[in-house]
Amino acid sequence: MSALLSLRNVWVEYGDKVVLERVNLDIEAGSFVSIVGPSGAGKSSLLRVVLGQEAPSRGSILLDDTPLAPECGPDRGVVFQRYSVFPHLSVLRNTLFGLECAQAPLTARLFGGRRRTALAEAEEMLIAVGLGDNLHLYPAEMSGGMQQRLAIAQALIKRPRILLLDEPFGALDPGIKADMHALITRLWSDYSLTVIMVTHDIKEAFTLGTRVLALDKRRHDPHAPNRFGATVVYDLPLNKRQAVSAPAESGITIDSFNNI
Amino acid sequence: MRWVNRRIGRGNSILLGALPIALLVLLYLVAAASRHADNPNDKILPMPGAMAEAMSALLFQPDQLSGKLLFWADTFASLQRLGIGLGISTLSALLVGLVLGVLPPVRATFSPLVTGIAVIPPIALLPILFIAFGLGETAKVALIVIGIAPFMIRDLAGHVAALPKEQIIKAQTLGASSWQLMLRVALPQAMPRLIQAVRLSLGPAWVFLISAEAIASDIGLGYRIFLVRRYLSMDIILPYVAWIALLAVAIDFLLVWSSRRLFRWAHGASH
Repeated sequence: MSALLSLRNVWVEYGDKVVLERVNLDIEAGSFVSIVGPSGAGKSSLLRVVLGQEAPSRGSILLDDTPLAPECGPDRGVVFQRYSVFPHLSVLRNTLFGLECAQAPLTARLFGGRRRTALAEAEEMLIAVGLGDNLHLYPAEMSGGMQQRLAIAQALIKRPRILLLDEPFGALDPGIKADMHALITRLWSDYSLTVIMVTHDIKEAFTLGTRVLALDKRRHDPHAPNRFGATVVYDLPLNKRQAVSAPAESGITIDSFNNI
Repeated sequence: MRWVNRRIGRGNSILLGALPIALLVLLYLVAAASRHADNPNDKILPMPGAMAEAMSALLFQPDQLSGKLLFWADTFASLQRLGIGLGISTLSALLVGLVLGVLPPVRATFSPLVTGIAVIPPIALLPILFIAFGLGETAKVALIVIGIAPFMIRDLAGHVAALPKEQIIKAQTLGASSWQLMLRVALPQAMPRLIQAVRLSLGPAWVFLISAEAIASDIGLGYRIFLVRRYLSMDIILPYVAWIALLAVAIDFLLVWSSRRLFRWAHGASH
């Protein structure tokens, strides 16, 4: 089976600073990939290049075997930790926005029958994320968890090929976090999503993911900390049904590089 | 209890707010009365009776030359200039500020120019305006526009450019084009800030209006004040100044009220 998203020898460099080096990845459709790693290991940079917010300095990224333009587009949805909903729009209108952009290039607003159809679709999506009773609230009137639910609904209504989550539950308290985990797992299977999630929370990475990637630097020069970039040091496919994590292939040997 | 923790109720805060104003009025009355005790013809601190008398002539009796009720004609002329000036500034701030804020190439091209214009003291341009537009209404309105529009443009462009990056990215992942992003994401979020910018520009706008009227005009609140100054007519100047203050406060209140009405989301809407 060919991969939905492929990264071929991707490097991200800012001037002399190498953030990511030699990242090769194939992500299959329907997988839930968690990315973990220490701060500064390029987790967010990796997400940014996949999102199209930045172009990799070397290498290529292929979505369905076509190279990605270094620009965000509706084929890749995103949920950030904060600020991903529009404060000036109500819940319903926030969700409607994606449909309006596609169907009304000039006014970005829908009228009449098309608006009613779109509204019904948005409402259905909001019910799916559990915001069915809060259609007319503004984001400022909602809790952090509800805002993230909205951000997810907003992204999913575009039916993105890949959903990117950048520490989506990092700012939520444990109870809400557990609810959100249940929600994202349900949506992932209901809508057959392909998800890439960056997280700080290792437990979260293993509970939600079907595959966990750990980013870190393989080589480290103490005199030039920016000389070497991070790459994927562990790639752990998880068998969800048995709920056993099988540590994979080359992990240990690669780790020994750190001692050089 | 610490002063930082004291909460003032609505009734009390009105009372407290009125107190210094009442004290100032009282102080004025005492000073005026003591000057009048020394010299019944004192013109520097007129008594309220004298002010009412002088003002009633302007308020209710048509001027012999023009046949107008001068006070109302002055008010109308000044408010018209102010309104047109503010209107043009607000509209240009919205258009230019939005484009500058959202589109980096436009910002790179035009923001030095806007900054350059903004740092010129507008009064220094007044002679140019008079030469270019003559002494009529255009020059006065142009002074207000040149005086406040660059500030408003910069303020709005800054605000729009500072919208969270996440929002802009999110909009693009929802399929928004630059135009749609400007129309549906940046413009609505710029509106409350625009009203804020108008409120802040209101003070300078009045300064430029009164200056322009003082220098070359035949009607207007500023013109009247500077005209009667020649006769030491404090009995007209003081009520006029109070009236200008009242108008400014009313406009400010109207702006705050409309912002709260129109942009509920921007004012920490309660549940």
